[in-house]
This record gives sequence, structure tokens and C-alpha cells, in this order.
Amino acid sequence: MKRFLTILLILASFACLIAEEAPYFRAKDRPYDKGDAIILEWKLPASIDSLQIQKADSLGVYQTLFIPLEGETSFVDQDLTYDTSYKYRLLAFGAEGADSLQLTASAITKQNWFYMDKLAFLLMLIILSAAIIYYILAAKRGKQFFIRRISGLDSMEEAIGRATEKGKPILFVPGVAELGDIQTLSSLSILSQLAYRAAEYNTEIIVPCRFSMVLSAAREVVKEAYLKAGRSDAFKEENIFYLTDDQFGFVAGIDGIIVREEPAANFFLGSFYAESLILAETGLSTGAIQTAGTANAHQLPFFVVSCDYTLIGEELFAASAYLSRDAQQVGSLKGHDFGKLLVIVLIIVGVILEIAGISWLKTFLMGAGS
Amino acid sequence: MKRNIPLILAFLAGLLMIVSEFIPHRPFSNMVETLENWFMIIAGFSIVLGLASLLQMNYQKISTKAENWGYHLACVIAFALIVIMGALWGMEDQPGLLGQGEKIVSWLGKKPFDYTYDNALVPLSATMFSLLAFFIASAAYRAFIIRTFESNLLMISAVIVILGRTGFGTMLTSWIPESYRIWQLPVLADFIMQYPNTAAQRAILISASLGIIGSSLRIILGIERSYLGGDK
Amino acid sequence: MSLNTSTILERRIVYLLLFLAVLLPLLFPIGWGSDVSPVVKMSYDLIDQTPAGGIGLISFDYEASTITEMQPMAVAQIEHAWSRGQKVIATALWPQGPQMAAQSFEEAKRNPLFKDKEYGVDYVNLGYKVGGMVTVQALGSSFKDVYPKDSSGRAWDTLPMLKDLKNLKGLSWICSLSAGEPGLKDWIMIAHDVHNVPVTGGTTAVSAPGFLPYVNNHGQLTGLLGGLKAASEYEALIGKKGPATTKMDAQSVAHILILLLIAVGNIKVWVRKRNNAKNTEVTNA
Repeated sequence: MKRFLTILLILASFACLIAEEAPYFRAKDRPYDKGDAIILEWKLPASIDSLQIQKADSLGVYQTLFIPLEGETSFVDQDLTYDTSYKYRLLAFGAEGADSLQLTASAITKQNWFYMDKLAFLLMLIILSAAIIYYILAAKRGKQFFIRRISGLDSMEEAIGRATEKGKPILFVPGVAELGDIQTLSSLSILSQLAYRAAEYNTEIIVPCRFSMVLSAAREVVKEAYLKAGRSDAFKEENIFYLTDDQFGFVAGIDGIIVREEPAANFFLGSFYAESLILAETGLSTGAIQTAGTANAHQLPFFVVSCDYTLIGEELFAASAYLSRDAQQVGSLKGHDFGKLLVIVLIIVGVILEIAGISWLKTFLMGAGS
Repeated sequence: MKRNIPLILAFLAGLLMIVSEFIPHRPFSNMVETLENWFMIIAGFSIVLGLASLLQMNYQKISTKAENWGYHLACVIAFALIVIMGALWGMEDQPGLLGQGEKIVSWLGKKPFDYTYDNALVPLSATMFSLLAFFIASAAYRAFIIRTFESNLLMISAVIVILGRTGFGTMLTSWIPESYRIWQLPVLADFIMQYPNTAAQRAILISASLGIIGSSLRIILGIERSYLGGDK
Repeated sequence: MSLNTSTILERRIVYLLLFLAVLLPLLFPIGWGSDVSPVVKMSYDLIDQTPAGGIGLISFDYEASTITEMQPMAVAQIEHAWSRGQKVIATALWPQGPQMAAQSFEEAKRNPLFKDKEYGVDYVNLGYKVGGMVTVQALGSSFKDVYPKDSSGRAWDTLPMLKDLKNLKGLSWICSLSAGEPGLKDWIMIAHDVHNVPVTGGTTAVSAPGFLPYVNNHGQLTGLLGGLKAASEYEALIGKKGPATTKMDAQSVAHILILLLIAVGNIKVWVRKRNNAKNTEVTNA
């Protein structure tokens, strides 16, 4: 019995050895993708000198796909069509006198139902969204939330008052980004509130736009605000206009308006780049009350220097909730605060784990969920 | 109803974009590509809307002889001229209605559109951008005043970064040996830019990104609707 | 916020001084050198280490206004890529981008080393597409669908260097020279974060600090060129005395003037404070 077991063990080890040494060439669909890639893997005897991987074209003729470098054992064939069968051939050439090999493999590309490497993003999104929705529902049930003072938004009344007193218009610039930028949308939300109050005070509001899409949205916003204030007769469509797509042409146009019309209050809210200081300094030279706000942190110093009030980063997104005091919107701001807490905790835990040499959290968050 | 349809569309489109970010399978992958194509087509057509607005606004100011109407006339004339030049002789290698305009090119050296672009638009635009230098100088003159401990720190960092960004700064501290390289002004300036500055930028970026998520969610759920023109 | 009359006068003096500080070094160059910063070196290395035959893409996301800062970067990168045997595609998310690209290629071809570079073989100018980030997303699926023709109307299939290029993944590197939006951020978010293509970029000096957070361990941004100084450093790396290098003296002198102005501003405030204190003492006495 003992001898039999020994022989069996030797045979098994030998089989393993053979199996390990046996050359192979495999093709398999890449998991968790949109069915656009096949993974090719191979193992060859040490006697192989050079190799070449070929792929069959639509007529079945093999064409060279890839010539691997020494030591490479896998390749991902990308940009494929889903639900399609692909055939590959590996040609391995031995050193002089040694045998050559030819192995074939095939695989079908499949579309999957989840990008596993985005699992961490999905979890974060679910947690944040759940927190925001929870606070919105809490606000809906009547829970009161505290919201700190944002002086840049409190100044709106002062600015409109000054403009009314002087009989001068208000200038509102919704940034230099397209309508798809969330900063532009937040800016338009503020414009809605501002236009409503301007309509109540019968003060003109000028809105130059850089993009046509922003123009059409801005017009609608101001028109509705005038309608809501019961002053639709005072709405002047021509005061909300397109200037130019050209970045500094747009700036030149606004500077011209500032110098000629001398608005009593200037609002620069939205996404701004190199033009921020040019706009703010020109406004400063005419003595207007200036309020600026952007999430582009690199432009904040310029606004801080030349404007009376500046909305910093997230304050721009909180503006609509702050001005409307709508319980649901204020509730959603609490959700942001929860998000901040979550980020702070993750940063602290991440730093501690990394110092301790444990890196699974970092790997997971970096998207290596697959 | 007039308000509900856009809200439903925003909800569906928003949801679809989020879902397709995580699901690579049909129909989500195809639908997003279709939406992207729609956006590009709509954005292309919106240029016409902008042009109509530009002409309408300027025409109104000119026809009513509003104050400074001459500027508006200049704008319309410039616009018309550049369109006519582009339409008649094209630009760069592209032909216009009158072909490549060999005669006019031999006289001007370039096509009229390109000539105007290079000799009018480029210097005018560059002039506007160069105003920034003047404004930065006057703003710096006002801003970096020592009042408190924090403003002191701000000014010291500003001096290091400004000097570190000049050839003069490089020359000033080039004698510092390699082992103390961190004290060389350009290296110190890079350090300030890459660590304290980046840390602050990231903090604002993270909080702004959370604000973006919140705003997007409010828009998708229809809670934030003032961008559509009204609250209710 | 408003300015009083003396401040307005001071502003005019500041403007005049700055004008002279820029003009004089342009007329009488000083020749100060400058060190190469690590972020510029990263950008240089990305192109330098790409094998010959690789295709790089430069997105011209700026217009005539920022030409002084951005164009030297474009020309230096094109020359660098060509010197390494690479091919360059130009695209634009800004309407004036194709003109900027055409001027850059023209300028690079003035270098005797590159006068034989052939359109369609060594470089192409695909032109402008509206849509910003959506356009970049669409390029992730198919270049040919977005750009069936180049900026001059030549069909995609007639341009030999584009024969094997399907989408963004076929590129060795991407560089967005961006003066605002749409621009570099869109390329980072789509080309790098979704398609894993190395992205580098160039911006105006005033916008550069905002992009530094993207130069991180993830490699979201492989180096960054911020303003004229970075362009001059890039020129130094490729051994060229180009337009950025010659303009750096003017920028350096202007910076020094700004430092002097800061000092003057502080002295003025200090003197004013001292006078106020003296007046208070006299009044109290």
C-alpha cells in the first residue's frame, strides 16, 4: 500500500511538472467591460527564441497583430466589437535547430453588466446621495437646519439698493463656461433671484453671455423672474445678449459696458479663468459694488483683491439654497457637510493605513475593485 | 405641464448618464453615445442663435440711435466684413465662393480673412490679455500689505514665488551648494507651489466637487429648478 | 469698492513703470538663465520617452489673445515630437484653435531640421469641434466619426498617418494647451481617467496653480507647462533659444518691479500709520 502511494505521488508530481511545462496559448474575454477586449495569455518553453501573435481577419486570413518582447506573457487586444468571435494564432520560433510551435485560440467578446473597477465610485456616490436625500426628506418633515451667513449673498440687497438709488443698471456675468458646467447653472440660479429683486426695484439688469446656449437659458431665467415679480412689462430682452465666443473679445465687450454704462453693481459669478482680474479691476475703477464667485480656486485671489465680496468654491453652489431659504435645498447642503466629514475620515484613515504599510483601502479607492 | 416636461427630461437624462457610467452593457452604452451626438448637434445649431442675438441687439441700438450707437455699428460692420471675406475667398487652404483668390493673395500676401485675422484680431486680442500684467501690478501693490501675521506669511510666500519665477531669482541664489538646494529660490518657489498651494487648491476642489454633486442631485431630482426660470 | 483720485494717479504711474519694465529688456536683453522645474521636466520626458512612430495629439484650446504664452509651448512640443520621429495631430475645442495650430506647424517647419515634414504623413490639423467634454468623450469611441474630414476638408482616409488610428487609445500622449474652458480639465477627466492615455498640458501662468493638484500619484496629469517661464524651460530642454526664452528677461524685470511696488505699498502704509499715531498723540496732548 505504502509503495503504491509513493508511486502515485511520484506520478502526480511528474504530471504536475509536465502540466507546468506544457506550452499554452489562451484567449478569454476581458471581464467587466463593454465587450471590446480579449486577453491573450501564453506560456512557452525556454527554447523559444522569438514569437509572433496573429489574428484572423474577416476572410479568415491570419495577419500579424503583435510581436511580444522577451518576457512578455500576455496581451490585451482592444477596440473589438461585442458578441463577436475572434481567432488568434501564436507562432513561436525556436533557436537554430530547435522546434517551432504553432498554437491557436479563440474567444467571444461579451458585454458585462458592471465596471468592477468603478465599485468604489459607486459606493461613494450611493453614500453621498443617500445622505443628501435623507437630509432633504428631514427638511421636508419640518426639521430646521442652520446655515451660516454668506456675506457675499447678503450684499445683494445692498447692491440692488445702490443701483436703484443711482439709477444705474446691474451687470451680471454668468462666467465663461458653457451651459453644461454646473458653475454656470448655479450662476443662473443666483441670476433668477437677483433678477426677481431687480424687477421689484425696477432696476435694469444687463447679462452678457459668451455662449448661445447660456444666452437662451439666461433669457428664460430673467423673463420668468420678471413675470414672477409681476413686472413682465419691464423685461427687456435686449439686455440679455450674446457677445462673442472669443474669450478676450468677451472681456473687451464687458469692459466696454462697464466703462460706458457704469453699472452700480457688478456680479461675476460662474467659471472664470485669466480674465477674472481684468473684469474685476475695470469694475473697481468705476466704483461699483462688486460680488464675485467661482469654484476655480486659482482665480479666487484676483477676485478677493478687487471685489467687495467673494463667494469661495462651494459657496457658489450653496447660493441658490441660501437665497431661496427653501427647506429642501437647505437640507441638501447638510448632505454636502456629511460628504465633507466622510472625505476627512477617509483621508485620516487612508494616511494612517498607508503609514502602517496597509494599502488595500488606497487600492480599492483608486479603482482596482476588479 | 410646461415645467414638468423639462424636469422629467432632466431626471431621465441625468439618471441615464449616471447609470451608464457603471454599466457597460447595451442599451446604456449606445444611448450615452447617442446623447453625446445630440448634444454636439444642438450645440452646433446654437451658434446661429448667438449670431441672431448679436445682430438683433446691435440693430436695435443702431436703429434707435441709442447712446454710443457708433460702437454697435462698428461691431456689425466688422462682423459683416469678416463673414464676406471668409465666404468669398475662404481661409487657409479652404476655397471660398470665388475660389482661392490668387489675385488678392498676390497683393495682400495672404487671403483677406487670414490677413485680417493675423493683423487685426491677433494684436487686438493679445492687447486685451496683456492688460492683465498692468492689473496684476496695481493689484499686487494694493494687496500685499502687512497688517496681520497671516498677511505677513502671504507676502513672504509671494516674494519667494515671484522671485523664484525669474531669472534674477535663479541668479541670486545659484551660489547655494547642491546639498542645501531647497533654499535656492526657484526650488523654494516650486515647493510652495507644489505643497502648500496644492493642498489648499485640493481642499477647495474637494469641497467644490461635493457642492457639484449636491447641485447635480438637486437638479436631477427637480428640487433646484431656478435655472429653468422659476421655482414653481 | 472704489478708488480715490490719488490711487488712480498711482495706478497710472504703476502702468507706466510696468510698460518700461517690459519694453526695455526686450530692446536690451539681459540673458538671465532659469532652472527647469520638475513639472516641466515630466512633460518633456513624456514626449522624449515615446518611441519613434508614436502619435501625439495637441489640442489647441486657446485663441489669439493668449498666443504669447501658449504658442511657444506648442511650437517647442511639435519640434520635440518631430525630433523624436513622432507624428502630431492637432485638434481644437476652441473655434480659433485650428488657426493657432496652423501657425504653430508653420513656425516649427521654419526650423531647417523639419522643413521636409509632410502634411498627412508627419502632422495633421483636424480642426475645431463644438461640444467640449462631449467631443473628447466621442473621440474615445471613434476619431473618424468626429472628424470625417480635417480642417481643410481632406477626407480622413486620404491622410496616411491616420490609417491605423481608431480612438484615443491609439495615441501615445495628449497635450491640451488650454487658456480656459473647455480644455485641459476635460482631457484629464476623459482621456486619462477613462481611457488611460497619458495627458500633459499647458496653461496661462495665472491658471497654472489650479492644475497642479492633477499632477499626482495617479498620473492624471503628466507634468504641466504654466506660462511663459515653463515655455522657456521647455525650449532650454530641447536646446532652442526660442521666443519664450527671449521674452523671459522682460517678465523677470516686470516681476522685480512688482516686488518693488509691494515694498513701496508697505512703506506707504507704514508712514501713514505712523503719521496717524503722531496726530493722535498730538490731539491727546
